[in-house]
Amino acid sequence: MTLRTREVGWNRGGRLVVDGVTLEPRAGETVGLLGPNGSGKSSLIKLLSGTARPTSGAVTLDDASLAALSRKDAARAIATVTQHADTVVDITVRDIVALGRIPHRGTFGGDRQADTRAVSEALARTGLSDKADELWHRLSGGERQRVHIARALAQEPRELLLDEPTNHLDIRYQLELLQLVADLPLTTVVALHDLNLAAMFCDSVLVLKEGRAVAGGAPADVLTPELIAEVYEVNATVRTNPGTGRPEIGFTPGRVPSTAAR
Amino acid sequence: MTLDAPPVEPRTASAPAPPAGPAGGSSLRFLGVGTGALALLLASIGVAITLGPADVSLVNVRDIVLNHLGFTDIPVRVSEDAIVWDDRLPRALVAAACGAGLGLCGVILQSLLRNPLADPYVLGISSGASTGAVLVGIVGIGGFAPGVSGGAFAGSVAAFAVVMLISRLAGGTNDKVILAGIAVTQLFSALTSFVIFAFADSDEARGVMFWLLGSLEGVRWDDVALCGAVVLAGAVFCLVRAPVLDAFAFGDEVASSLGVAVRRARITLMTVTALLTATMVSVAGAIGFVGLVLPHAARFLTGPVHSRLVPVTALVGAVFMVWVDAAARVAFSPSPLPVGVGTALVGVPVFIAIMFRRRRPL
Repeated sequence: MTLRTREVGWNRGGRLVVDGVTLEPRAGETVGLLGPNGSGKSSLIKLLSGTARPTSGAVTLDDASLAALSRKDAARAIATVTQHADTVVDITVRDIVALGRIPHRGTFGGDRQADTRAVSEALARTGLSDKADELWHRLSGGERQRVHIARALAQEPRELLLDEPTNHLDIRYQLELLQLVADLPLTTVVALHDLNLAAMFCDSVLVLKEGRAVAGGAPADVLTPELIAEVYEVNATVRTNPGTGRPEIGFTPGRVPSTAAR
Repeated sequence: MTLDAPPVEPRTASAPAPPAGPAGGSSLRFLGVGTGALALLLASIGVAITLGPADVSLVNVRDIVLNHLGFTDIPVRVSEDAIVWDDRLPRALVAAACGAGLGLCGVILQSLLRNPLADPYVLGISSGASTGAVLVGIVGIGGFAPGVSGGAFAGSVAAFAVVMLISRLAGGTNDKVILAGIAVTQLFSALTSFVIFAFADSDEARGVMFWLLGSLEGVRWDDVALCGAVVLAGAVFCLVRAPVLDAFAFGDEVASSLGVAVRRARITLMTVTALLTATMVSVAGAIGFVGLVLPHAARFLTGPVHSRLVPVTALVGAVFMVWVDAAARVAFSPSPLPVGVGTALVGVPVFIAIMFRRRRPL
């Protein structure tokens, strides 16, 4: 039982940004959402998180409609790390991570001990225990993303959604962050730009183009030169990395012949 | 009461077991700051009452207050009794309530709009309330006494709706809200001036202009009851909704993913802000910059977490206004200085300092 979409569509101001996508992750797996800019990755994440309502089809959590759940109940099951989440508040790492406890609070406070424990565990898991008292605006980009993930973990969700969490990070932090995400015992849907990162860390991938799902399955089955040419309109070669056994994608300059592109 | 040693938790090697959580070790400090501020408020009100052209000693103030509360029956001079009980005490209490209320408005707006420069004055809510109050007071729409508060409320809601509409049409970003607020402040100030010049005689005009700058001249116990009740309710509401105010730190989308029904929370919190502002403007005129500056001062003491920030802002605001009003009363005695002049003289430099501190992109 997990978070699913069935034939979900979102007509956003006259444009169909998500068009009949079905996504059914297995419990505990890491699913990569792939596709060029504007293909609907972020929009699908918004639908999955319940921040936006689908205009057709349904998003379900444990077979119940997500739209019928209160935001609070949804937030106890689903945590989201959005893009560009920044603040003007001079706030410490610990206080940010503690935001994740908000959905667990009643009107007059909640279980303080459970809150403290969840925050400490989330900090430890993301390697931020030493940075707990550091201020947000003094952190590096990689640390900030880890803080958001720690905040999401403090929510103690079953489902984790991440929208391009590796953007603007050094390669080292990209690898560290996705390793951290892949190791989590949660069902995770992560929108990614980088095909190699997706191939390396995802159990399965779903490729979107113009709002539609064009391919889905294990990275080795999906990420073929033909599909990459069709979706991204670039020339790619794919080989298997002897060390990891995962596909590895290389690119050559020049546009693909238009027959392959269209 | 027995003293049981708490169960010792095993320490993990990676975590050096810092004083736990958002409500852990710092809660003692917070309790200290809170109690200190409350004591300071009571002391400030007591001392502020003794100041003025007619000297009243602190002992007399205590006796008069205790007499009126029915605890004692100590003989005091009638003139002193009138000065303390009918003038200075209600005035100090309204000042405290206004300081607390304006501080709360600043806290709410700065959180919701994610802008450190947001307050009801900058966003035009105060000037809308002024226009509404002046329309009712001078033109006489809807009768007088209860009508001024009602007019102020309608005006503040109208101004705020216009600000939100303009900023939404302009793209809805938070800096657009501030720009829209500036425009709407100008618009409603002009409307207020128009009403005064068109409909008020010169005595009325002078009285209204004085009041528009923010003044606590002639407040009565009725005003204490109104302001006190509204501000207290507002403070309790903010305290209960403190986690929601926290949740907006990283924007609407993160707030929503943290379980906040964003649209509903925004509407209720904005309505509370408009109600608080309208009440205070109807009693004390448009007092500027208090709502902007106080939350920042309080953040220095407590940090940004609202369960601590809300009560401390309210208390610090109350203390601040009691002193500014006392200073305004005494400075050019016997002619009074509008209290808004005092708050602006303190507030503007702080406003500029905040702008410089925030040079990094918002």
